[in-house]
Amino acid sequence: MKYLKYLTLIIFVFNFNSLNAQNIDLKIEITKNLRCLICQGQSVYDSDSEFANSLKLLVEKKLDEGFDEKEIYNFLKDRYGEWILYDPQFNKNTYFLWILPILMFLIGGAIILKLFNFKKR
Amino acid sequence: MKTKILTLFFITIFFFSFLIFYKGLENPNLYTPSFTSKKKIPSFDAKLFNKDILISSDEIFKKDKFYIMNIWASWCVPCKEEHPYLLNLSNQNNIKIVGLNYKDNDSNAKKFLEDFKSPYDIILSDKDCLAAIEWGAYGVPETFLIFDKEIIKKFIGPLNTNSLLEINKFIK
Repeated sequence: MKYLKYLTLIIFVFNFNSLNAQNIDLKIEITKNLRCLICQGQSVYDSDSEFANSLKLLVEKKLDEGFDEKEIYNFLKDRYGEWILYDPQFNKNTYFLWILPILMFLIGGAIILKLFNFKKR
Repeated sequence: MKTKILTLFFITIFFFSFLIFYKGLENPNLYTPSFTSKKKIPSFDAKLFNKDILISSDEIFKKDKFYIMNIWASWCVPCKEEHPYLLNLSNQNNIKIVGLNYKDNDSNAKKFLEDFKSPYDIILSDKDCLAAIEWGAYGVPETFLIFDKEIIKKFIGPLNTNSLLEINKFIK
């Protein structure tokens, strides 16, 4: 019985550690995808500004409260706008942004194919 | 003929790209979140300044009343600049001013209020800046005009004569 108690305790401690590690990894991932609004060209993860440090703290708090990645992004998007996210979501304002590289790739591919066929002939 | 069209095409593309980048130089480098429509005030808990009492936003903001929520700090120079405007607003009976002391040292904040007189009806303390983030703020000073538990206007930076006129227009 005594051993069982110890075993439960060990399993609990290990699980808690892995949960904590998961949260730390997720926190790093999320803060890397957040733009620091008061520093130029830096993510919240890279920045050491007061604002960025507070956002890191907030992400940690929200993860502890059980928020998932998407919920945290939505929470911040609601307050600071889409600009805070490095990875803009696909919506009517960003159609062009997302589709342009694909279009350019297709047009470029078509031109190359055409030239290739022309040379072959 | 074909080369002429191609040259013209490239010159036009170059010209438009140059124009877009040149126009971009005029844009401010720092982003300011736009505020276009009314928003419900966030619900949060914060400590009362200099006291160990936790208070919720529901206890502070009542329905059908005007409030000013001002985020300030003693170390913030523009906050001193806007202080006379807040004092002016504090003389009016139909509006309450709530101050959110942002990442500040208690004794410095206390001295600031003693030196310049407090315009606030309630002062909250926000040491870790989490309450300010709930409001979508990213610096000091920022001011929100609230009516019926809704943010109706947001002022980024110190208040000035124009913002005071705008606030007065709403509350009169």
